[in-house]
Amino acid sequence: MANLLEMRNVHTYIGEYHILQGVDFTASAGQVSVLLGRNGAGKTTTLKTIMGLHPAKSGTILFEGKPIEKLSTHKIARSGLGYVPEDQGIFSTLTVEENIRVAMRDQSDATAKRINYVLELFPDLKKFWKKNGGNLSGGQKQMLSMARAFIQDSRLLLIDEPSKGLAPVVIGKVIEAIHELKKQSTIVLVEQNFRMASKVGDTFTLIDDGRTVHTGEMGYLIENEEMKRKYLGIG
Amino acid sequence: MELLINIFVNGLATGMLIFLLAAGLTLIFGLMDVLNFAHGGLFVWGAFAAVWTYTATDSFMLAILGALLTGVVLGFVTEKLIIAPVYGNHVQQILITLGFMLVLTEMIKVVFGPNQLAAGVPSYLAGSFEIGDVILIKYRLFIIVTGFVVFALIQFILKRTKIGLIVRAGVLNKDMVQALGIHIKKVFLYTFIAGAALAAFGGALMAPYSGVVYAEMGLEFGILAFIVVVIGGMGSLPGSLFAAILVGLAGSFMAYYVPDLSLAVNMILMAIVLIFRPQGLFAARG
Ligand SMILES: Nc1ncnc2c1ncn2[C@@H]1O[C@H](COP(=O)(O)OP(=O)(O)OP(=O)(O)O)[C@@H](O)[C@H]1O
Ligand SMILES: [Mg+2]
Repeated sequence: MANLLEMRNVHTYIGEYHILQGVDFTASAGQVSVLLGRNGAGKTTTLKTIMGLHPAKSGTILFEGKPIEKLSTHKIARSGLGYVPEDQGIFSTLTVEENIRVAMRDQSDATAKRINYVLELFPDLKKFWKKNGGNLSGGQKQMLSMARAFIQDSRLLLIDEPSKGLAPVVIGKVIEAIHELKKQSTIVLVEQNFRMASKVGDTFTLIDDGRTVHTGEMGYLIENEEMKRKYLGIG
Repeated sequence: MELLINIFVNGLATGMLIFLLAAGLTLIFGLMDVLNFAHGGLFVWGAFAAVWTYTATDSFMLAILGALLTGVVLGFVTEKLIIAPVYGNHVQQILITLGFMLVLTEMIKVVFGPNQLAAGVPSYLAGSFEIGDVILIKYRLFIIVTGFVVFALIQFILKRTKIGLIVRAGVLNKDMVQALGIHIKKVFLYTFIAGAALAAFGGALMAPYSGVVYAEMGLEFGILAFIVVVIGGMGSLPGSLFAAILVGLAGSFMAYYVPDLSLAVNMILMAIVLIFRPQGLFAARG
């Protein structure tokens, strides 16, 4: 399967702190690749590094075979990556509609079609179209953030801990949404909730202390109690 | 009664001039997180450019255009040379913009000479209306109306256009705006230029109001604008309008009733706001 995204030996500093100390990661087209690791392992930093928000100090990041690690964030986004951050990044005093409009790159039929598609997928957004983003529930914010990234026709969606702080029923909806979005786009998912990760993930990459320590098929990790205990503290 | 109305109109007009300066300042801070202490320098350059053009052409419209053009050019140069290298570093911003403020002030003397210049009111805006016993000076009313029109125009741009939407989103979360594929540095530049043009426009309107222009007026008005931005809430346009009118009125009433306090009143207002609402009256961010 073709590698849509490929990170090789990536190092990232935040200020003077050496946070990523050798991350290797690949996301294959059409799959859900899950980044796992305990709190503070460097999962969020990995996504921010891909987006150029914490640029890589060394190493390479290829997207569709082209290096993107030196590009600025807006160019990375425009090359086809959509970002759903850990805090969802909703513009709180902008309405749902305005949050969507910021993300619209054009007025084309294709964009309109994608907007219709996400409104069908997330009917709550249609219902609260004129409501301020800041007043949505946690689950609705998650939907809005995913919708916003999706309507840009991103070929790769980076989604950071979408289950965080959500009630189990809402998590179920997020899982459904990811299954649905997967039909249209490749997905990189950061997920602490192992049940969720194992339900939607095709492959996993384990990060520990800023380094990639393991990567493989999700089925392998599901069976491997020791690895789960060692790196995720579960099992 | 006539007296009260006149003090009121005078305060309102002064408030509107401060607002023109504060509007750019508050947007520049809210969006770009930049403390620009050189903003008053753009105001004074607008004032001198307008007076110079008015003297040369006898046209108030051309004088305004001259000021706007000066604001745009100076805004562009300032953002590229002075502001862009110090994004994200407040201490450096304060030092370099304060330094640049002094340069702008001194350059006025080099270009226009060391003396103050007299500024005239165009004939169609000179004189006054009499309503009963109340005499209303036309030019002051003109400033007030213009101030409200400018406020409405900026609000329209912020609320109804795509670039305005991006600016509002940028005030809330810059990283996310970039992650959505928007070249925020370009938006910064446009915002800075617009703010500079507004400041220069304010200077152009100020000149006939005060009758003279002098190099140091940029420092004086720049400080007032900063006080207004702090009181109104950094990043909030309605906050700046409200606070500018408040400061204008307070100054005008104090100058008449308690002249000893007229300079201190703004500082006192700011101190009170900072004690009870440190984020300002209309905070832009949550
Ligand atoms: N702005 C920052 N300044 C300094 N250190 C930071 C900063 N942001 C993150 N870090 C550190 O970088 C490391 C990795 O953080 P990161 O947010 O990537 O972890 P994570 O795997 O996403 O954790 P979590 O599961 O808690 O979200 C942590 O040790 C964190 O303390
Ligand atoms: Mg994280």
